[in-house]
Amino acid sequence: MKGGIFRIYTIAYLVFLYAPIILLPIFAFNNATVIAFPLQGFTTKWFTQMWSEPGLWPALQNSLTVAISTAILSTVLGVLAARASTRYRFPGKAPVMGLIMLPLVLPEIIVAVSLLVVLLGIGVPLSILTIILGHVLMTTPFAIAILSSAFQGLDRSLEEAAYDLGETPVSAFRLVILPLVMPGIISSLLISFTLSLDEFIIAFFLGGTHVTLPVYIFSQFRFPAAVPVIMALGTLLVALSVLLLTIAEYYRRRGIAKSGGKDTGGFI
Amino acid sequence: MIPKTPPASAPTMIEFRDVHKWYGDYHALRGINATIREGEFFSLLGPSGCGKTTLLRTIAGFEGISEGVVLLDGRDMADVPANKRPTNMVFQSYAIFPHLTVAENVGFGLRRQRLPKAELAGKVEEALTMVGLRGFGARAAHALSGGQRQRVALARALILKPKVLLLDEPLSALDKKMREQMQVELIRLQRQVGITFILVTHDQEEALVMSDRIAVMFEGQIAQLSDAETLYRRPNSRKVADFIGTMNFLPATVLNESDAVVEVEAEGFGRLSFGADQVADDGDAGTAIGFRPEILTLLYEGQAWGDREVSAVVEEVVYYGDMTYYDVRIDGSSKTVRLSARNVFGRPVFDRGVRVRVGWNPGALILFR
Ligand SMILES: Nc1ncnc2c1ncn2[C@@H]1O[C@H](COP(=O)(O)OP(=O)(O)OP(=O)(O)O)[C@@H](O)[C@H]1O
Ligand SMILES: [Mg+2]
Repeated sequence: MKGGIFRIYTIAYLVFLYAPIILLPIFAFNNATVIAFPLQGFTTKWFTQMWSEPGLWPALQNSLTVAISTAILSTVLGVLAARASTRYRFPGKAPVMGLIMLPLVLPEIIVAVSLLVVLLGIGVPLSILTIILGHVLMTTPFAIAILSSAFQGLDRSLEEAAYDLGETPVSAFRLVILPLVMPGIISSLLISFTLSLDEFIIAFFLGGTHVTLPVYIFSQFRFPAAVPVIMALGTLLVALSVLLLTIAEYYRRRGIAKSGGKDTGGFI
Repeated sequence: MIPKTPPASAPTMIEFRDVHKWYGDYHALRGINATIREGEFFSLLGPSGCGKTTLLRTIAGFEGISEGVVLLDGRDMADVPANKRPTNMVFQSYAIFPHLTVAENVGFGLRRQRLPKAELAGKVEEALTMVGLRGFGARAAHALSGGQRQRVALARALILKPKVLLLDEPLSALDKKMREQMQVELIRLQRQVGITFILVTHDQEEALVMSDRIAVMFEGQIAQLSDAETLYRRPNSRKVADFIGTMNFLPATVLNESDAVVEVEAEGFGRLSFGADQVADDGDAGTAIGFRPEILTLLYEGQAWGDREVSAVVEEVVYYGDMTYYDVRIDGSSKTVRLSARNVFGRPVFDRGVRVRVGWNPGALILFR
């Protein structure tokens, strides 16, 4: 059969990709401490038990602090970079933009280790701040990619028209540019937030004694009794990520539709 | 209606004094000197890249100038930013704000005046009525057709009652029919509001139809600045003549010249003499006489002609219904020239290969040298 092998390949690929994620909620609702088939019946006790774990609250709080700060910082940096790269011509623009985008393809472990070496070298104590720093470095390329496409779709004369009609450069930006790139900004905020919330390696290396949710989850795997609770927590995280990414994609597409552009692919 | 062309004595609205503009080491404007009168419909006409948009943008204030002075209503504009100038612009892309309604777009420039709601709505509706979009205020701007966007852009600029309205190729995105309709409407609008309009276009027909005066630009310089008829009848250079309409050229040699008269020997026409006002620059293309296709008359059998005649052979006939174009070779000349004839009732259309008489008048010819 023509294309049969590709069909099998596609199915196998999807199974390997999603089967583990599907196992997560299955065991989260399974009434047993051991992660194994056959299933032992339905329960929601892991979800209730989860909230009484002592380390979870600080980890969640740390994660939210990091993710929200990262989202805001990388989006602000993304707006500035996207605006500069679409609006101005300057020497060395291509290599500079290339370097900014590099963390997108650099192995995260390399980024984490080199940052750690540098931070320890110059004597910066490891804290929430250093995690945020690492996360901003990692998520800014995503923010720039999303925001560049939002800024690129803008007709340069829109801003000039506002200026021509009496607005200052600042109010022209606020009244015309900002509303038009707002879907891109929301999308960038949500994606940076999600990436930061789920990130493990940088948080693990740069956090010192400060534990984020993924690091907390990893540490709990040492205790078999805690595993079902982790499954429940993981289920919530997956659900939250999917939700946020879907909203982000919705805004990204809406932005493209609004400026009358054509979709040239996104992250989903 | 106000009579069209403002008189030459009308006050000056814009004056360029030796304006230069450099983009890096590219010399985009090379010494522009011109005055534009109050209430005038003025066009900047020229091929792509000649600097029309650049010159328009120096008036709007989007582009600083490298040298020279731009005066607007007698005031030096050097230190006046775009948002403080009494000019408004209709952009080539229209630049309608897609996230606002039609009414919000049109009222955008009035925002700063903080008018009471009812007064603002009244002004917006008045502006929309002026451009034929009455009742469109609540529509979303991004859902408008090209022609409607154009009108919104006009209303948005005119609502501020600028001293000068700048239009950068406003009709180039419209189809032919819509374009012709908008040309007429723009002329009507300009007469109605009496504001100075400055139009950038690379369409010579559009410039001729709409403007009181036209500046023809090449490579950052104004080659000729005059009214449409002078531009067409008396182009001051071969370049301008080539750019506007069709001009036939036949080689000639100068026999002798004085201050007032040049005498030449021209192919097909023999000895001719030209007054000083009939002489234009040949731009190094060689001395030649020139004439428009409709200036010479193809005479039918037995038609009386009280002036000079040459004879010619019809080599090609292109029939357009209302007009016929003929490529004819005048006896004694090396190349064909294009003539046109209006197909009025009773006038025959000549066939290829026939011999015809061609009537002409020396006053209608131009000497390029
Ligand atoms: N910002 C800029 N930087 C560098 N060169 C520029 C810039 N803007 C315009 N130019 C150059 O200046 C010249 C004149 O440009 P301009 O836009 O005024 O031409 P134009 O007559 O309006 O042509 P068109 O009919 O194509 O719009 C062109 O050669 C153009 O490449
Ligand atoms: Mg232009």
